[in-house]
Amino acid sequence: MPGGEGINLCIQCGTCSASCPNASRMEHAPRALIALVRAGMYDEILSSNSMWFCLSCYLCTARCPRGIKITDMMHALECVAARRQLSNARTRTPIMYRSFSDFVYSIGSVPEVGFMTHFFLLSNPLRALKMMPVALSLLKHGRLSVRARRLKPEAERQYRAILDKAEELEGTL
Amino acid sequence: MKYYTYFPGCSASHGGAKAYDQSAQAVAKSLDVELIELDDWNCCGSTPYTSVDELASLCCSARNLALAEKRGLNMVTPCSACYVILNRTNLSLTQYPELKARVDEALAAGDLEYSGTIKARHLLDIFVNDVGYDEIASKVKNSLAGLKVAPYYGCQIVRPGPGFDHPEFPQSLDRLVESLGAEAVSFPLKARCCGGSLIIPEEDLAVELIYKLLDNAASNGAQCIVTVCPLCQTNLDAYQSQVNKKFKTNFNIPVLFFTQLMGIAFGIDGKTLGLAKCIIPAEKILASHLRK
Repeated sequence: MPGGEGINLCIQCGTCSASCPNASRMEHAPRALIALVRAGMYDEILSSNSMWFCLSCYLCTARCPRGIKITDMMHALECVAARRQLSNARTRTPIMYRSFSDFVYSIGSVPEVGFMTHFFLLSNPLRALKMMPVALSLLKHGRLSVRARRLKPEAERQYRAILDKAEELEGTL
Repeated sequence: MKYYTYFPGCSASHGGAKAYDQSAQAVAKSLDVELIELDDWNCCGSTPYTSVDELASLCCSARNLALAEKRGLNMVTPCSACYVILNRTNLSLTQYPELKARVDEALAAGDLEYSGTIKARHLLDIFVNDVGYDEIASKVKNSLAGLKVAPYYGCQIVRPGPGFDHPEFPQSLDRLVESLGAEAVSFPLKARCCGGSLIIPEEDLAVELIYKLLDNAASNGAQCIVTVCPLCQTNLDAYQSQVNKKFKTNFNIPVLFFTQLMGIAFGIDGKTLGLAKCIIPAEKILASHLRK
């Protein structure tokens, strides 16, 4: 699994946790997460909010003295948690990622209004109200796309065939 | 003339960052760079897809690389997220033969193949390294002398690296800003995170990161910030009012795409550059530099 290979090299120095802008919000900061993975405590890890707070800023990865790809490890853990459909009430990020990915998977592009509506409906529609001032200012400046970019029919068929095959192969991993 | 396969990404082509695409095209033209859009490209998958379905996300971004390979030109994108994802795809396919076999199988289902020859590059890289600072400076019609600019790189254009600039203390955008005649102010947080897409599910934490960036730029005297990424621009521009509300500040710093700043210096009109799409208006600080 990409990101998983280097973790036996970890010396638990904590550079990753000290570099992470979100370490304080994670139930297990990156260093602890690596220790938990090495201890095989997957239930503990996968039910935590930790990897979902990764911003993919790659600061930990750039600084790790052992060359561990910590950001990739976060993505790998997210994928496993997502596949097991673990719900996590302490973070809305999995739902947002799922809403975004549904659009990528089904039409190959992400129209902002559709994606945001999908996300707020799945998470908490009331939070959409908080978002209104920002949404309105974007709208006023012609920056909210309602219409989705669509592939030409032939390209769409090709895209569909590739992703359906990928889904089929995913099950065999 | 220099030719590239152009991958605008969703935000710049159809989304909130159309001004980025418009200004990139206009500036490229002035620099004799031809950006030839990839036909029927699809979303790169970005961080979310990578984080829910690894194999499918790789196949989705590999389709774009495979299409580009048919044409044979290297790919250039103005979006830092597309840039990091396309490069990550290339790296994963080289490092994990088992994964590559599956990606190949999926691509074959769409009659495509990818042998790994396409390099994905960021537009900033093309401008500073293929075109060069001297050439850029030679196109300046309105010197931006006196304008103090905070050059904001964000994360994914420089990390994980190794890339075309330093992962924590990059300089290329600073030098570009200076070749336009403007002053690149000291900006220690220039390669730190804006909160990225977590602005949507976890607004509070992202707004705090945006606050730190704005505060750092403002306290160093910046009159505007330039960015190299659609998401960074949106976060810093559209959420400035939320920052002001939460932290009782009164930031009013325009946030421009670096291509818009280049366009102003090249004498391209504000409409072509999409300046009106900035939520914090930029016209006032640019008044003496804008083409009438």
